[in-house]
Amino acid sequence: MSDAKGAGQRARPLSPHLQVWRWHLTLACSILHRATGVMLYLGAIVGAVWAFSLASGPDAYGDFLIIIGSIIGKLFLFGLTFSAFYHLANGIRHLAWDMGEGFEPKTADTTAAAALAFGAAATIAVWVIAALTGGL
Amino acid sequence: MAGYRTPLGRARGLGSAKHGVGHFIAQRVSAVALIFLVLWGVDSTLYLSHGGYEEALGWLRSPWHAILAALLIAVASFHMNIGMRVIIEDYIHRAPTKAALLILNLFVAVLVAAAGVFSILKVAFSGGAF
Repeated sequence: MSDAKGAGQRARPLSPHLQVWRWHLTLACSILHRATGVMLYLGAIVGAVWAFSLASGPDAYGDFLIIIGSIIGKLFLFGLTFSAFYHLANGIRHLAWDMGEGFEPKTADTTAAAALAFGAAATIAVWVIAALTGGL
Repeated sequence: MAGYRTPLGRARGLGSAKHGVGHFIAQRVSAVALIFLVLWGVDSTLYLSHGGYEEALGWLRSPWHAILAALLIAVASFHMNIGMRVIIEDYIHRAPTKAALLILNLFVAVLVAAAGVFSILKVAFSGGAF
């Protein structure tokens, strides 16, 4: 590689490539916003399947409940719960940025931690409520 | 072909189409709606997790539940279509692959909205099976 290119022509870092950035909380939150968005995309498909199976009658709905109630189904729902709460909280950070607020590094760090904490706490709260009320 | 066109004709259409902020605004407005719809959706899912077919049927027959459920699936499909579009445009640079994925993304989003809203209305109006 270095032979083909002349002296002083090192490979330059390209801009949005994950490996050139130092990991930081705000970076992780940005990537997680995308990842949870993809998760919610899958969740919306499952939501449409829920409505379709309900409209298809008791047998189809029973099959849906068996699949969503399996270990894999519950793991998916758990991830989906966190995705919904985190994406919602981090989305509010985005709305604040769009209005020109919250760009100071300290503020951005604090709100990033708050979005993660809200996502985790709300997810645990929902699953504790589900367990206590017999919904699991 | 271009050789036959006047300089003004060639320049026309090369500037801004004035539609640049359309997706940006649409994504934010749908996000504001989804703050409320998603919180309602989580609460509703908690309720529905307690029951089976009959309970879900009865729940969705209530007009407000049907209206909000239809709005949730419709606005979510709209929002996720734009979001996934941005992801595809960021990472896929081969034009044919990008075009194919953008079309697939649109089709999935519209199918989710159509299947979801139709099924919800079907249950709300008739309550029975297909």
